[in-house]
Amino acid sequence: MENKQRTPLFHLAKREELSKGRKLVIRLISIVAALLLCAVITALATGINPLQVYGSIISGAFGSARKTWITLQDLSILLLISVALTPAFTMRFWNIGGEGQVLMGGLATAACMILLENKVPSVLIMLISFVAAVAAGALWGLIPAVCKALWNTNETLMTLMMNYIATQLVSFFIIIWEVPKGSGKIGIINQNTHDGWLVQLFGSKYMLAITVSILVTVFMYVYLNYSKHGYEIRVVGQSINTAKYVGINTGKVIIRTMLLSGALCGLAGLLLVGSINHTITTTIAGGQGFTAVMVSWMAKFNPFTMVPCALLIVFMERGAGEIATNFSLNPSFADIMTGIILFFIIGCEFFINYRIKIKK
Amino acid sequence: MTGFLSFIPRAVGQGIPLLFGCTGEIITEKSGNLNLGIPGVMYVGAISGVIGSFFYENSVGDGSMNGFLAIMIPVLCSLLGSFLMGILYCFLTVTLRANQNVTGLAMTTFGVGFGNFFGGSLIRLSNLDVPTIALSKTSAYFSATLPFAKKLGWFGEIFLSYGFLAYTGVIIAVATAVFLKKSRAGLHLRAVGESPATADAMGINVTAYKYNATVTGCMIAGLGGLYYVMDYASGVWSNDAFGDRGWLAIALVIFTIWKADIGILASFLFGGLYILYLYIPTGMEHMELKELYKMIPYVVTSIVLIVTSMRNRREDQPPASLGLNYFREER
Amino acid sequence: MTDSNAAVSMRNITKNFGKGGYANDHVSLDIYKGEILSLLGENGSGKTTLMNMLSGIYYPDSGEIYIGSKQVSINSPKDAYDLGIGMVHQHFKLVDVLSAAENIVLGLSGKLDMKNARETIQKICDRYGFDVDLDKKIYNMSVSEKQTVEIVKVLYRGADILILDEPTAVLTPQETKKLFEVMRNMKDDGKALVIITHKLDEVMEISDRVAILRRGEFIGTLITKNTDPQEMTDMMVGHRVELNIERPEPLDPKPRLKISGLNITNEEGLQKIRDVDLSINSGEILGIAGISGCGQKELLEAIAGLQKVDSGSIIYIDDDGTEKELVGMDPVKIKNLGVSLSFVPEDRLGMGLVGNMDLSDNMMLRSFREGSGVFTDRKEPHKRAEKIVKQLHVDTPGIETPVRRLSGGNIQKILVGRELYQRPKVLMTAYVVRGLDINSSYTIYDLIVFQKLAGTAVIFVGEDLDVLLQISDRVAVLCDGHINGVLDGRKATKSEVGLLMTSLKEGTRDGE
Repeated sequence: MENKQRTPLFHLAKREELSKGRKLVIRLISIVAALLLCAVITALATGINPLQVYGSIISGAFGSARKTWITLQDLSILLLISVALTPAFTMRFWNIGGEGQVLMGGLATAACMILLENKVPSVLIMLISFVAAVAAGALWGLIPAVCKALWNTNETLMTLMMNYIATQLVSFFIIIWEVPKGSGKIGIINQNTHDGWLVQLFGSKYMLAITVSILVTVFMYVYLNYSKHGYEIRVVGQSINTAKYVGINTGKVIIRTMLLSGALCGLAGLLLVGSINHTITTTIAGGQGFTAVMVSWMAKFNPFTMVPCALLIVFMERGAGEIATNFSLNPSFADIMTGIILFFIIGCEFFINYRIKIKK
Repeated sequence: MTGFLSFIPRAVGQGIPLLFGCTGEIITEKSGNLNLGIPGVMYVGAISGVIGSFFYENSVGDGSMNGFLAIMIPVLCSLLGSFLMGILYCFLTVTLRANQNVTGLAMTTFGVGFGNFFGGSLIRLSNLDVPTIALSKTSAYFSATLPFAKKLGWFGEIFLSYGFLAYTGVIIAVATAVFLKKSRAGLHLRAVGESPATADAMGINVTAYKYNATVTGCMIAGLGGLYYVMDYASGVWSNDAFGDRGWLAIALVIFTIWKADIGILASFLFGGLYILYLYIPTGMEHMELKELYKMIPYVVTSIVLIVTSMRNRREDQPPASLGLNYFREER
Repeated sequence: MTDSNAAVSMRNITKNFGKGGYANDHVSLDIYKGEILSLLGENGSGKTTLMNMLSGIYYPDSGEIYIGSKQVSINSPKDAYDLGIGMVHQHFKLVDVLSAAENIVLGLSGKLDMKNARETIQKICDRYGFDVDLDKKIYNMSVSEKQTVEIVKVLYRGADILILDEPTAVLTPQETKKLFEVMRNMKDDGKALVIITHKLDEVMEISDRVAILRRGEFIGTLITKNTDPQEMTDMMVGHRVELNIERPEPLDPKPRLKISGLNITNEEGLQKIRDVDLSINSGEILGIAGISGCGQKELLEAIAGLQKVDSGSIIYIDDDGTEKELVGMDPVKIKNLGVSLSFVPEDRLGMGLVGNMDLSDNMMLRSFREGSGVFTDRKEPHKRAEKIVKQLHVDTPGIETPVRRLSGGNIQKILVGRELYQRPKVLMTAYVVRGLDINSSYTIYDLIVFQKLAGTAVIFVGEDLDVLLQISDRVAVLCDGHINGVLDGRKATKSEVGLLMTSLKEGTRDGE
């Protein structure tokens, strides 16, 4: 038998809490490293010099007033969904059903707009849409929550399946409402009457979504950190046993929190259909339900930190999209870039939590 | 009867990618890793095979292809692609101890993007009007059946009408079940997933088992993607066509209560549910109903999830450390 | 440098976990074959850490380990086994869903041949007198059965240096006796045995030599037969301590809780409490003895409103004589009834506190519902935390420190402090000093006795019979969910209690 007389070259130890500044530095380094790698890959794929790559990314995201507005609008939707999912994650309820909850909100909005056109005043349609969208999103959050509360059903897969059920529901209604028949598309809803189109704020069609997302972010920060509900959510997330010990009804908290989470996702759906696109497709949420999971996690479930995190993702997606268009690459290029950045950010947590001791 | 006869092979064909994914994820989860990146891995497995065979087909031109190479090149490319994805997942979650849920989702984003990006790029290279790549020559090798299968009537139709990868999938599933139940390495793997601290104390190399199981699982899952393109879709790649099968495969793992042999029939059942909408008559007037019928596999999965959680038996529980990373000196 | 007769020599072993102070500071120790060595020290003195470095769980920061006269490097438990070192940890390293036999062969190489393995295992069992069902799944086993599996596992790997970490903590006196017999058999077979413990009577009974650690430092070794408990205590603690707990007579005891006909079935469908009748008076401490897992947890949780009850009643009797039924209530409803009840559960960080929250947030666990409105009051809990830190001398960097970063004793002070802050009429504690050093333990005992004097009815679940018999006015003995007897704490002896813990009294099972 071989006798191993080796001493390990290094070994790992858990770190004491790092200062906020050092954590930030580690994260920034990882982002910079990720951006460098992205630039190199882009340079290889397109043959332009890496510096130009950054130029293209920045001009893609902020190159003109319109581009900047769209970036901000995309940011506000991603932020809204991320913030919406956050109370569930704080509770360690892995809601990856944001996609479905947004779709249901959007579907409810589209239904109100189509069915109520010319029947009631536009303002009333808006109000009804709002209620319907929020209720639809909440319902889609409620179902997995009830199953979790009653039988401890795996919420990750349950919310995932709910996404596809929502997608199929949307396909079903698209065919019912399609214009023209056989096209498989709805097109712009109420293009002539603008019935049920949500109001513009400050004279800009972008400001409504931006304002709503700011308000919801602030609300969520206060809700999670200062309210009794928020405290209960944190206790349930940390330890179900402790929650029971102090008499918190965990089932009730799970259901209540998922209602809120789903409702806010529904609100995002309302904005996507009622304010931004004025139509509905099965891909209107565009995978943001999943991206939002990662944004929320990257921000360590702090709503304010989600602003820069979501900005980073949107910035890269819009920038990479610009590069893809300019160099007629496939638009999925953006997903690859996003993936790389995520891998670096995920990986860098290691250096925050552990330190490597080198043996002399 | 003819409807049913044609339904079975199609259900099985739909089920095979799920079977690969499900078997791969079972091995992975037995090591305590919950790999939500499987959908991405299956995309990468598929596109890697497509890339390999695309260049092989083009290099041969109009000449005749070597059957061995036509099969081995895509298979090896596919294995390599999903191998790398497995290594990436393990490096992040096992070595760097990153959150498994988030890593998995990021891998899916990346993998689907990777598949569609290279798929799109190849489509551009091939300068065709349709947004697809057709590798029909390679596909012919993959979907070749035994020469006498057609002569055996319904028996041949149901049991012998598939390409070699389909049988490989079944064999891998059976082998996985035997491996987990009977072998020492299988016993160790189960111990790692249940209690890594115990396994570690017993001298089992937890890191090695997690890496091996997860990477092997990814490679198996990747073959599911390859089967889908090369055999089921007759060598036609189009972006996003693979759809959500990866997620269904993960859901299947719970349905099969982490038993690879149950996975075989379960996959075929789900394959059947997946295409059931084609067999339910709606009439031309109500095409929209088809969209509702497409919901069936997801609704059934949800119901299965709920029912298994209601039963809640000790033997049917997931590996106890599933989703948690292991660090020996955690105090 | 090293003693060539020694089976293992450790020289200048140092380990630092970076939490203030060394876990082990230049410790040197020899272990001999055919000998039982006691490793004695208070909780937190570094006994387990030191042995973990022999068994490959930790790697020393500096120092050498010799097996025979050869220097070795033990990087993993596998290395340790290869060198013939096996350790039975306090928290068993067993896989619950596997059988005893599967657990025993776990980690070895070669083809899996269960038939052959079982024969070998059976031989080992026969040789040393172990009794174990090889096909039983671990989750169906009692603690002492699990421990047997652990020891057989170590022997199956051919270990001749065995380390047992506090093996008797979970055993009844009778089971302990049996374990000691087996240990003597192994010693006679030429094995080297190390038993980690802080119980002096066990040291006296079983060991040949005793090595003493204090705060990570090696204090010295003694030949057991030449020493006595007082000398060992002095070396262990560093200064003379009075090992006495004050026990004043109860003042004006009145019935406070009346439990009758209580039956409880747990979530797994096992009956944990059978026909329990029990009364608890104000101003007295009722000790509850019993081997672990025989219904203590369920009893306390039922009173606290955390456990579903099959049948029976739990009546709370107020000062003015009004009776309130607690069965069917949850903690919030109990509080709303005006019943002030405090509970220090066994699982401190998993149930009593939230490890990742800071001191003030942990205070809020009890107070967050106070005040109307949707927002929590954060100032009051902060003040409360400051008060407790000051009064109980909690050693913490600040109120904003997550409690999991504190030491065991300080964590327990926070929990007990918070629970007592409510001025409870009923106080329940489960294994309240487990894992604490002597000073912290006595601080906690004093607090509990102080509560008793204030008229609180105290239910004290303990595992150390010495302490239980010193602090309790009455001792109720639980066995398999049954109250096997209630003894006078001032008169009962350890062996009386021990006997009631294991044997069901004649006739108690009639009619079942």
